[in-house]
Amino acid sequence: MTPPRRKRRRPQPAAPPPPPPHEPANGPEKPGNPERLYTIAGSADGARAELDLVTLIVARSAPPPSASPEEAAVLRLCLAPLSVAELSAYLQLPFSAMTVLITKLIEAELVQARAPIVRQAVADRSLLEAVMHGLQKL
Amino acid sequence: MDFKSSDTIPGPRTEDHLPHTAQAAVKIVIVGGFGVGKTTMVGSVSEIRPLTTEETMTQAGIGVDDNYGSDTKTATTVAMDFGRISITDQLVLYLFGTPGQERFWFLWNGLFEGALGAVVLVDTRRLEVSFDVMGRLEERGVPFVVAVNSFPDAPRYPVEELRTALDLAPEIPILECDVRRRASSKDVLMTLMRFLHSLALSGALT
Repeated sequence: MTPPRRKRRRPQPAAPPPPPPHEPANGPEKPGNPERLYTIAGSADGARAELDLVTLIVARSAPPPSASPEEAAVLRLCLAPLSVAELSAYLQLPFSAMTVLITKLIEAELVQARAPIVRQAVADRSLLEAVMHGLQKL
Repeated sequence: MDFKSSDTIPGPRTEDHLPHTAQAAVKIVIVGGFGVGKTTMVGSVSEIRPLTTEETMTQAGIGVDDNYGSDTKTATTVAMDFGRISITDQLVLYLFGTPGQERFWFLWNGLFEGALGAVVLVDTRRLEVSFDVMGRLEERGVPFVVAVNSFPDAPRYPVEELRTALDLAPEIPILECDVRRRASSKDVLMTLMRFLHSLALSGALT
């Protein structure tokens, strides 16, 4: 019996960002002025935190009297570091609802977010070696 | 949402608390068809009882290949089981298993982009259910290894025959495993890490 067959796919370039509204039509690129590939979201009243499933959240203070039950629960759970995914699981809130709640707490300086290490263009070999070493001990 | 007092929300057991020194986390995603053993694999190596996180996707984000009904505003809940392994006092590894509904996985923003890599679990009884997800990982440049979960009644193929059938690049590791066993699941993860390490050494990781 022969197994069914698949056809390999090629890496695809990332989807091009939508063109900025004021881009000159096919105008020559100005040297030394590279096109920005991203924009920073947020405004003067606080940039929105980019929260990943595995961003670690740590409480910075006890719940203030004004905290909602959800906020108080996060602050209580985060006495020790806890990932956004774990908070979402314990509070039974969808991930996006959880990020809204945590963003509010970050802006109020009630919690601190410890950003995850994401896969880089230049891989951090020492990071990979640390993970391998940790897995060996399992 | 009806929300009870914060005191009634269950949290981690005391022994499941991460140390205060925990600074950063990394993640690995385990993908594969329904019932192939993703959650079993997460559970066999996790130091915590596997948890479930959810996300709500609206029909608008699902894509044009959807044939189900005409109610375009339907929200779908996508669930993911996950577990955790403390690597050092500073570093934590999370493993995410993606149950069913594979067309939704890639709509979960950042799930794959931020991951170190992925494990594709395959069942030789339904090899073809893993084809699409492998293609999507390749398109996105997410490095992955293929782990063949050995079910007792599943057809056995030589690994090289599976490599040909799956049209895997020669450098992509493929191995047999029994995800119910911790040692076997650990072996799969180590294989992925060694593969990622070799990519890093060759500068091919993008």
